[in-house]
Amino acid sequence: MLERKGEWMMLKALAGAGMALLLGASLAAAQSVTMAMSSAPTSVDPHYHTFAPNETLGVHIYDRLIERDPLNNLIPGLALSWKLIDDSTWELKLRQGVKFHDGSEFTAADVAYTFARVPTVVNSPGSFSIYTKTVVAMETPDPYTVRMKTNGIYPLLPVDLSNVFIIPKNLGPNPATEDFNSGKNAAGTGAFRLTAYKQGERVELERNDAWWGPKPHWQHLTIRIIPNDGARTAALLAGDVQLIEFVPTADAARLRADKRVALSEIASLRLIYLWLDRSRSGPTPFITGPNGEALTSNPLNDKRVRQALTMAINRPAIVERVMEGAAYPIGQFVDKGTWGHVPGLLPPGTDVAKAKALLAEAGFPQGFRITLHGPNDRYVNDGKIIQAVGQMWSRIGVQTTVDAITWPNYISRANKQDFSAYLLGWGFGEATNPLRSLVYTYSPPKGWGAVNRGRYSNPAFDGLVDRLMTTADDAAREGLVREATSLAMEDVALIPLHLQKNIWAMRAGLSFVARADEDTRVMELRPTP
Amino acid sequence: MTTWIFRRLIQAIFVVLAMTVIVFIGVNVIGDPVEILISPQADQAERARAVIALGLDRPLWEQYGRFLWNAVQGDLGKSFVFNEPALRLIAQRMPATMELAVTAVLLSIVLGIPLGLYAGLKPNSFAGRSIMAGSIFGFSLPSFWVGLMLIMVFAVQLGWLPSTGRGQTATLFGVQWSFLTRDGLAHMLMPALNLSLGNIALVLRLTRAGVRENMPMDYVKFARAKGLSPVRVVFVHVMKNITIPIVTVIGLEFGSTVAFAVVTESVFAWPGMGKLIIDSINVLDRPVIVAYLMMIVFLFITINLLVDLLYTVLDPRVRLESRE
Repeated sequence: MLERKGEWMMLKALAGAGMALLLGASLAAAQSVTMAMSSAPTSVDPHYHTFAPNETLGVHIYDRLIERDPLNNLIPGLALSWKLIDDSTWELKLRQGVKFHDGSEFTAADVAYTFARVPTVVNSPGSFSIYTKTVVAMETPDPYTVRMKTNGIYPLLPVDLSNVFIIPKNLGPNPATEDFNSGKNAAGTGAFRLTAYKQGERVELERNDAWWGPKPHWQHLTIRIIPNDGARTAALLAGDVQLIEFVPTADAARLRADKRVALSEIASLRLIYLWLDRSRSGPTPFITGPNGEALTSNPLNDKRVRQALTMAINRPAIVERVMEGAAYPIGQFVDKGTWGHVPGLLPPGTDVAKAKALLAEAGFPQGFRITLHGPNDRYVNDGKIIQAVGQMWSRIGVQTTVDAITWPNYISRANKQDFSAYLLGWGFGEATNPLRSLVYTYSPPKGWGAVNRGRYSNPAFDGLVDRLMTTADDAAREGLVREATSLAMEDVALIPLHLQKNIWAMRAGLSFVARADEDTRVMELRPTP
Repeated sequence: MTTWIFRRLIQAIFVVLAMTVIVFIGVNVIGDPVEILISPQADQAERARAVIALGLDRPLWEQYGRFLWNAVQGDLGKSFVFNEPALRLIAQRMPATMELAVTAVLLSIVLGIPLGLYAGLKPNSFAGRSIMAGSIFGFSLPSFWVGLMLIMVFAVQLGWLPSTGRGQTATLFGVQWSFLTRDGLAHMLMPALNLSLGNIALVLRLTRAGVRENMPMDYVKFARAKGLSPVRVVFVHVMKNITIPIVTVIGLEFGSTVAFAVVTESVFAWPGMGKLIIDSINVLDRPVIVAYLMMIVFLFITINLLVDLLYTVLDPRVRLESRE
């Protein structure tokens, strides 16, 4: 009996500790925090895998030359300033007095070391060289200046630099990925230092009091991996964790009403959109005539058909009913307030009569049959979104069958142009990215249009992108970005639906800065004053 | 006996070979791991590099041949995702699953057999009927739902138990175990119970059926007539006769508890092998999938072997190979 009493005391003490945390008490013991991530990082090595969870772990341990603010604008990180000194040279001035966790001082040599290391990571399933390869040469005139040479004008270098974590040259030649996981190599300049890493389970970190940024509130940080949505929410409600990311939309409404927790949300840079097959001039596999007869050509090559399809979609209804408010309807790539947004470019209003007229004009007075494909386990409510779109298309006479497929199979088929109309999402750092990667003509040698799965191709659009990618002046480039965006939307290169919201939930009494880029930074979790 | 075991092993090797062929072809049909692993921002050249880095540019038969050659030398390949040996990844996760499964099976024995005995001996009592009615819930409620309910009640509402995770661990034989610490046990209680619910119901019903079947038999009457105490009749005579089906089921269930602990593991964020295999299937991490399935096949074969051997101990009439 006594034994059992002891157990009870223990549990009570634990509960008490949870309460103290919840109240944000300034007790030393309470300055530890647990955060739950929705998927597991694949490595502590910051250059092993271009994968969002690795980035979330990385921002706590390492720093980048250029960082991003919550709205995704570039701000100084390890570099205090950056400027073009001639058409192909960027000069960066580095922050002085910054120390790595191993005690060595951060200088230009570490930048050179990092850039040399990135392309050499063994067996990387997604290399960071996509962010470093435009730098063809690097000079370090003094320990706090770096000059990066690019092939011709490359205005996006600062954006690329905001993806690359800097590691110390002290790690020596070819540091092994395993040694990062064991903690031996995991030295960055970041706000926390790694104390333990258990793959797929948890990561333990201690505050780095020598960090150059504002001192984080938490002395000890535990990151737990809880992929199951229900379990993650329950862990927060039970007080086992203080912060969770990717709050499921179904739970968001309930959590909003719960006094024990608070939410923090923002429009993300993840666009949910539909591709229309433009790779075929002959018949496309999933479109047949109104009675199921084979067609001789691909109706999606007719701009009027594409306009009818985008016009048929009631985006506010999808956002309100399917997404339960956790998205913003959109008719371009980025939201208001983000660089490159085209003022006044709204999604087309829903107009069934006009859409029918456009179809008739294009030679389909009876509409046609189409199968709309989508994943069912990748984006928020993806399977339900395509169902809603299918119903809306059926209303204008396009008889739609919906087919939702699991992601591993889906994406492989989408890459082979297996579908006629299909849903995908695209997360991006800034507004030129979707123009260059999604809409630009698929051109392997150049590396552009790499994810142009619909194989849309428009020489006028490509010309605009070629021009803007060699325009160094930010304002002039933004003008071209807007022009190209408007052209792509007018021609219905793809059908944008909405931008997802990023939602975090935390215990009441804490506040967290929601970020457009999906990174969860515990540095920005503090007790509400 | 030796030839019998030897024959079993040969069978096992063929099963494993067939399984690896199926996985290789299956994963290849599902899709391309590179498409899932690579950054969406990657350009065409980077995609091509990743395909070559993972050896996926080779024809499938060549990939399989290389796998077999390395497997014979004890190397099952490196995970595409983690760049660590697949076997090491599985070995790291195995203790967590094993301790959970063993606890669950122990729970099903400790709770299932006494409850089943009671329900069998007093089938018409209120408690007996309640046990039987309750057991229906045990195997009919979906375990992910029960798991979430347990969390909602005991972690969120009452705050008695931690909601998820493995808690504090202690080292034994160089491996981390939860059952050695109080915090770890508290973390293990709900997932183990959740995992064992179906098994408890199964063992309970089997025990009850066995008792009901055996009680009216002549040998029981005879034992009673001999003046043996009811305790001895039930626990020695009846138990001996009903144990064989129970042992078979517990053995098989242990295999499936290990292999399919995945639902419980994901609801309780328990870092075991089940979670690893599901994650690996989602990203088509073939080396891990193959290594895991090979291990499970061996596990099932070993358990079957042990169960067959146990038969001979429990029932002297059963003789392997019947001494031909």
